[in-house]
Amino acid sequence: MPHAEPALIFDLGQDGRANRYVEPGRALETFLPADMVRKDLPLPDNSELDVVRHFTQLSQRTFGIDLGFYPLGSCTMKYNPRVNDAMAALPGFAQLHPYAPDALAQGALQVMYELERSLASLFGMAAFSLNPSAGAHAEFGALLIAKKYFKERGETKRDKVIVPDTAHGTNPASAAMCGFKVISLPSDARGRVSVEEIRKVLGDDTAVCMMTNPNTLGLFEDHIAEIAAAVHAAGGLMYYDGANGNAIMGNVRPGDMGFDLMHLNTHKTFTIPHGGGGAGHGPLGVAAHLVEYLPTPVVVAEPNPDADPALAPSDRLNFRLDFDRPKSIGPMRSFWSNFAHAVRALAYIYANGADGLARVSQLAVLNANYLRAKIAEFLDVPYPEICRHEFVASAQALKKQTGVRALDIAKALLDRGFMAPTVYFPLIVPECLMIEPTETESKETLDTFVEVMRAIVRTAHEDPQALFAAPVTTVVGRVDETRAARQPDLRWRPETH
Amino acid sequence: MAQPEHLLYSKDHEWVAVEGDVATVGITDYAQVSLGDIVYVELPKVGATIDQFAAVGVIESVKAVSDLFTPLSGEVLEVNAALDADPAAVNRDPLGAGWMMKLRLRDPGETAGLLAYEDYAKLTTD
Amino acid sequence: MPYYPHTERDIEQMLGAIGVDSLDDLLRVPAAVALKERLAIVPALPEYQIGRRFEHFARKNVATAMRSFLGAGAYRHYAPPAIAALAMRGEFLTAYTPYQAEVSQGYLQAIYEWQTYICLLTGMEIANASVYDGATALAEGAIMALNATGRKKVLVARSVDPRYRAVLKTYCDGLDVAIDEVPYGPDGTTDRAALVAALATNAYAAVAVASPNFFGCVDGFDETVRAAAAASATIGIAVVTEALALAALPPPASWGAQIVVGEAQSFGVPLAYGGPYVGFIAATTEHVRRIPGRLVGKSVDLQGRTAYVLTLQAREQHIRRERATSNICTNQAHCALIATMYLALLGKTGLRDVAALNLERSRELATAVSSVPGCTLRFHAPFFNEIVVDVGQPAGGVLAALADRGILGGLDLGRDYPELADCILMNATELTTTGDIDALAAALEEMVQVHAAR
Repeated sequence: MPHAEPALIFDLGQDGRANRYVEPGRALETFLPADMVRKDLPLPDNSELDVVRHFTQLSQRTFGIDLGFYPLGSCTMKYNPRVNDAMAALPGFAQLHPYAPDALAQGALQVMYELERSLASLFGMAAFSLNPSAGAHAEFGALLIAKKYFKERGETKRDKVIVPDTAHGTNPASAAMCGFKVISLPSDARGRVSVEEIRKVLGDDTAVCMMTNPNTLGLFEDHIAEIAAAVHAAGGLMYYDGANGNAIMGNVRPGDMGFDLMHLNTHKTFTIPHGGGGAGHGPLGVAAHLVEYLPTPVVVAEPNPDADPALAPSDRLNFRLDFDRPKSIGPMRSFWSNFAHAVRALAYIYANGADGLARVSQLAVLNANYLRAKIAEFLDVPYPEICRHEFVASAQALKKQTGVRALDIAKALLDRGFMAPTVYFPLIVPECLMIEPTETESKETLDTFVEVMRAIVRTAHEDPQALFAAPVTTVVGRVDETRAARQPDLRWRPETH
Repeated sequence: MAQPEHLLYSKDHEWVAVEGDVATVGITDYAQVSLGDIVYVELPKVGATIDQFAAVGVIESVKAVSDLFTPLSGEVLEVNAALDADPAAVNRDPLGAGWMMKLRLRDPGETAGLLAYEDYAKLTTD
Repeated sequence: MPYYPHTERDIEQMLGAIGVDSLDDLLRVPAAVALKERLAIVPALPEYQIGRRFEHFARKNVATAMRSFLGAGAYRHYAPPAIAALAMRGEFLTAYTPYQAEVSQGYLQAIYEWQTYICLLTGMEIANASVYDGATALAEGAIMALNATGRKKVLVARSVDPRYRAVLKTYCDGLDVAIDEVPYGPDGTTDRAALVAALATNAYAAVAVASPNFFGCVDGFDETVRAAAAASATIGIAVVTEALALAALPPPASWGAQIVVGEAQSFGVPLAYGGPYVGFIAATTEHVRRIPGRLVGKSVDLQGRTAYVLTLQAREQHIRRERATSNICTNQAHCALIATMYLALLGKTGLRDVAALNLERSRELATAVSSVPGCTLRFHAPFFNEIVVDVGQPAGGVLAALADRGILGGLDLGRDYPELADCILMNATELTTTGDIDALAAALEEMVQVHAAR
């Protein structure tokens, strides 16, 4: 990686060094009254070469899956096949306006329909909405559905949402956005939700129980059927946080576990690139009794009587966007879906088929268990049993012996060409390292990672100071986060130039 | 700076200094150490009436956030506005410059629900 | 085509290391929840056939081959090819949220530049790292105002994009917040007298007005609205659906907005049937603790080198959980990156040129269409690149007939404004040609004559 610090784009430009992508325009006053014209536009003019170099240099100071192993727990950083992007970039998709009449956008609607049907079957739900933009967005949508559902049933007393202490932070935040009160449920000694504990908090004020299965410790909630039955008996709804969908796809379904609502992070499970933190894609699935509440619009299909019977079934349908759904919670975003991502997700489903997707989960679980078994040789694994797609290790004992914390291990990994695992999450495991290898990594990569981890732990015992200084090979070292938060500098300013 | 032995404490790691019907409240040294570098303190509005042990403010560090619970009930007379510009004062001097609010007490008898120095010290060494 | 590298030998060795006999041993679940039916999903295809299948889908989107006057919140603009070449670099594309700052300096710097561009364009002091899109930006902006004021009502101009208002309603239903709407006046801009009267109730957390508004008209707050908003302690929100207009019109800060929300799709992000796009939120400094989502700050590393980092994270859901300012986690970073590249490439000169061309082409369009007998411009306020055309008969029929002639004439306004059922919202950008405009005018003329003859 180049170490020279790239200037800000605002410090590079020179007035008059403009790129002429379009012909020079006439003075704005030609078209608008003078008092409606902007006087000053303080943006830099840069040559195309300078801009290309600038962003190329920035890319070289950024770590992605394409550069190396990315075992970030709960984020499913697997290889993103390039064919997905090529399909999304087809002009017939990329240039399609969202208000194109349905009859002239049948291909796009068919993509959405095929994806929706595939997800419904894969996860055992009656229907999915492709409207939400990300997992947290879908959670919010699901809770809006729950709120409306209970309101229409006259059960307005139901204002509690139960969230296990291992849950993703978005769960309680989404619940709060809908005015629900959050009950945090402690995990039992096995790292799972206990049926007895949940029974204690269930009642006629229970609205929703939000769970992920496997949970963020990577453990399968083996009492899920009893938990779902108890929540349903109390009149509540079960919500499945699909962030860990890669662990179950094609093998076991939230619908069969008793969940009424769920979301998927297709940008995790279905190989949509994360793009540095988005855009995501968060399909929202519901059981039959909640379909009417899904956000609008919904893609609906009708038989096309003129279609050639030799065609594939979905090629014999006509599609339209249905906005007229009186019980719907309404739209959650400007337009119908993060459509380009729907293309990517469907391309991935086509690449694998049902058996291939089931295999994906099996091998993701294999990789995680292999790493767990190997890492347990030199680091504490607080739940030493078969895990699913991820597991947690703890540096607490190591910290007591050497002073080296999970954070130090994370930073040492950066020095050695790996992304760090998720650290300090879930909150119930002290000095937590949450490791998710995904199925796209080879045994060789996993073996290399194990040996690097082993060496770091050895260094912790022999020369802990060396780890406190990490990372030293990266373009910058540890950042002064206190200064960043106490004196926020959130933008460049012309006057400081 | 107040002498820690002369203060009362809540189990939520606030300290309180009572003078007549006025109490000064802050967070303890133990609390500021656990939170780490404090970057922002959100305090109640002056004039607000608050109830004992209710969450009345928020203390943010770089990587954590914690509620400020009031150890006693009363009316907020003053908040430490200097913390806006200098939240680090809570880390530097939690019992002095890092004080958070002054209350006019509703019921001085509520102090019975607080801990003396020795008991609080025991709580934080366990 | 599978994307896992395991050989049978690998699997055997790994199972051995774990100490189990088969993959089934790893995936066992209680019988009550086991999979009982065969999955009904699309068949697996080799990669070259995936290409064929999707090209088949893409060909069915015949709208992309037509002359288009559709805008209404999603705009067709020229994007220099340098953007795709840069944005599709694997380092950017396959990075996660930059939690590990030391290996994410490039992306963090790009987002810091994005935040700066949004501040410079809107005239505001701070901006976040993006939200999902323009509509959710409005909803999140309203939540900021609700939290800042403690009130439970918001006021929105009816000339704000109907999709944005619908999404705002979805969010407000969750929060038990009421929305009141302010009508538009005869010239197409917000009825300011009605707005001032509503503000006088002192009940609103925020008042949201768009410029250009949904009808393309230059709108915003005037002196009286600013005074009324200040007197009622209501927070002014400016809504920007066509971000290109920021290059030509006075920045929202100058008309008194404290929060600016909008959509930056126009800056190089493909139409893609509605997403992903990129929402932004900018505000005055006093709202920094209430702004939702990620913020990138500039700091130093332990050796004093400039370093960028996610900051003020204690506002966010992963720390604050149920007390967070918003539940947003994943945002639209990659689209924000694209927009940043677009702005860097275009620069102020290029952006002004594109804005001027949009003004010019849309005026050509207005002149051509309004010279068709039976077609009139519905509103007469100055406009940016969209116009409302009254075609004297239900717009739906006219648009269908235009589509038969290979023209997407625009949006039927009747779907959201019953009183404008004879009106079409038409957009022209730098990509609209004189040929497009002539073809539209000719087709309209034909249709209006047929209608008159009936």
